Amino acid sequence: MAQRASTASKKSAQVSAEIIKDLHERMVRIRLFETEAGKLMEAGRLPGFLHLYVGQEAVAAGVMSALRDDDQITSTHRGHGHAVAKGVGFREMYAELYGRVTGACLGRGGSMHINDLTRGMLGANGIVGAGVPIAVGAAFAARYKGEDSVAVTFFGDGATNIGAFHEGANMAAILGLPVVFVCENNGYAEFTPQSGHMLLTDVADRAAAYGMPSVIVDGMDAVAVHRAAAEAVERARTGAGPMMIEAKTYRYFDHQGVKGLRHPYRSDEEVAEWKSRDPIDLIEARAVADGTATRPELDDVWRRTRDEIAEAIAYAEASPLPDPADLLLNVYSG
Amino acid sequence: MTTTTEAPAVATRKLTYVKAFNEGLAQAMREDDNVFVAGEDVAGYGGVFRMFDNLLDEFGPRRMIDTPISEAALVGLGVGAAARGLRPVVDLMFMDFIGVCLDQIVNQAAKMKYMFGGALSVPLTITTASGAGLGAAAQHSQSLEAWLAHVPGLKVVMPCDAYTAKGLTVSAIRDDNPVVVMLNKVLLGSTGEVPEEIYGIPLGRAHTARQGSDVTVIALGRMVGEALAAADELSAEGVEIEVIDPRTVQPLDTETMFASVRRTHRVLVVHEAVTFGGLGAEIAAQIQDAVFDYLDAPVLRIGAPFSPVPFSPVLEKAYVPDRARIAQGCRRLLERS
Repeated sequence: MAQRASTASKKSAQVSAEIIKDLHERMVRIRLFETEAGKLMEAGRLPGFLHLYVGQEAVAAGVMSALRDDDQITSTHRGHGHAVAKGVGFREMYAELYGRVTGACLGRGGSMHINDLTRGMLGANGIVGAGVPIAVGAAFAARYKGEDSVAVTFFGDGATNIGAFHEGANMAAILGLPVVFVCENNGYAEFTPQSGHMLLTDVADRAAAYGMPSVIVDGMDAVAVHRAAAEAVERARTGAGPMMIEAKTYRYFDHQGVKGLRHPYRSDEEVAEWKSRDPIDLIEARAVADGTATRPELDDVWRRTRDEIAEAIAYAEASPLPDPADLLLNVYSG
Repeated sequence: MTTTTEAPAVATRKLTYVKAFNEGLAQAMREDDNVFVAGEDVAGYGGVFRMFDNLLDEFGPRRMIDTPISEAALVGLGVGAAARGLRPVVDLMFMDFIGVCLDQIVNQAAKMKYMFGGALSVPLTITTASGAGLGAAAQHSQSLEAWLAHVPGLKVVMPCDAYTAKGLTVSAIRDDNPVVVMLNKVLLGSTGEVPEEIYGIPLGRAHTARQGSDVTVIALGRMVGEALAAADELSAEGVEIEVIDPRTVQPLDTETMFASVRRTHRVLVVHEAVTFGGLGAEIAAQIQDAVFDYLDAPVLRIGAPFSPVPFSPVLEKAYVPDRARIAQGCRRLLERS
């Protein structure tokens, strides 16, 4: 029956230097991609909506570092972090945000539909909770074909109030499918705090309703997320069925865009408190303290990533716009 | 005038509509191991309408999946599996149940290829039983083709007999797009000549079920049979109607309709769904746009009144269009000109 694993509070000591560096690099890539995207939006250079991932980097990095390329993920409206961490390229991502024909969706999808089938990224999704059953289907397909890949579905605390989540969780459980459910609990469903949208303190409690084990992790600690994910992925891959991870995390920016609060729905103190446990600061302090990396080595990751992003933005800006004559492209196959 | 069937040059035998569907599905499963079936009571029980009889015996639990009553997760399972290269057939039992999984159909399956810049296809088939006439009342009797035909990315087929039940199902499964197969509950036990081997019927191509020169009757699903019956009645009065079965309502073969209207100059569109906002409105609009100068009378629509499907048989009979109303409509069209 359902149980709660006890790894939540354990300090995650034994991970390799390679994993630490991997987690750090994935997080830096997300952080810089998102902060630059936010600046471009505020400068009025990007059309549409932008749901930024800054603050939650440890979750995407921790989970994705436990996956193989052929493992599949479904994402959310706040999907850039998952895409970057799964290895989707900066060029096609920025080009998509710019609505260019070189974008990940040929300029047809925008921020909320970035995908890369070659990287197992089955798409961000504009509908809350809708990616959950799709991941169940991806896991079904893997087992059907005799492959041992797994599917991970990311969703927020708010998404666990929608039917698709509950139906998908039960379906994965009863069919015994290799799905890892990752709740990124950032404390808010848009502007509504968790206490205003459910009576539970821990979303992970919901897993028990489906006979699914769960674990709660510090979502600002990439190493802790990685360890929990590695365990859940291994479980799924070896046929032990689905599991849920609840990562307690926080988004630094607004629900949509960087700032632009109509009214304060959270306090400056609360934001500052979470920022004091910044996931990248945490892993850098840890890496330097235990000799995994030197400060110059870490700085080099930031510098290289900045260069790569500057090049990708220039590429996006220089890319052609879609031709309205091709508007009907890909409505149907064949 | 003659009733035209597509008289395939192969041996046929009489099968019921539901058996023809079942045979087409089984043959499509034999043809491609990527085809599987998931739904409520499709495996062990064989489907509440016996649509999936004996398939568990032949294909086993790997390919015949009983699921919980969770239509959103069921269609989502189909979407995710299709995105990963399988060809799922998911069954929604009653068409009225699409309300609980419309997001997965409309926002996920239909749009995924477009939104993703063509990165994938979603070869998903959704089977479902539609239509009134069995006293199943308002939540188990609807014909909601207009909802789905309105959504770019979806295809919608409406088999009118055993032959099309098999052929359109095979084509739906072979198609690389999400296709909704609207079986008609009243027709499930009706019989027709069906070839033994597997065959597809092209999606998006209408069939002229009867040739005639006086009125074009465009009939959807079960109304094809009603229109053919009306044709016999009218023929005795010296009126010859042409009956067009679109077979696929999305994509819609309007060229066949336009060509017919150029010859008959009068059109009646009939469907089980409510008239307001139904396919008849779309077809009428397209006809006036393309062949207005050929019309001798306004396009006449016959559909259900704007009400939920009623329960009591006397009310339900009054609700659903039938051969008498079609014949009456044709007479009215002829009186006008």
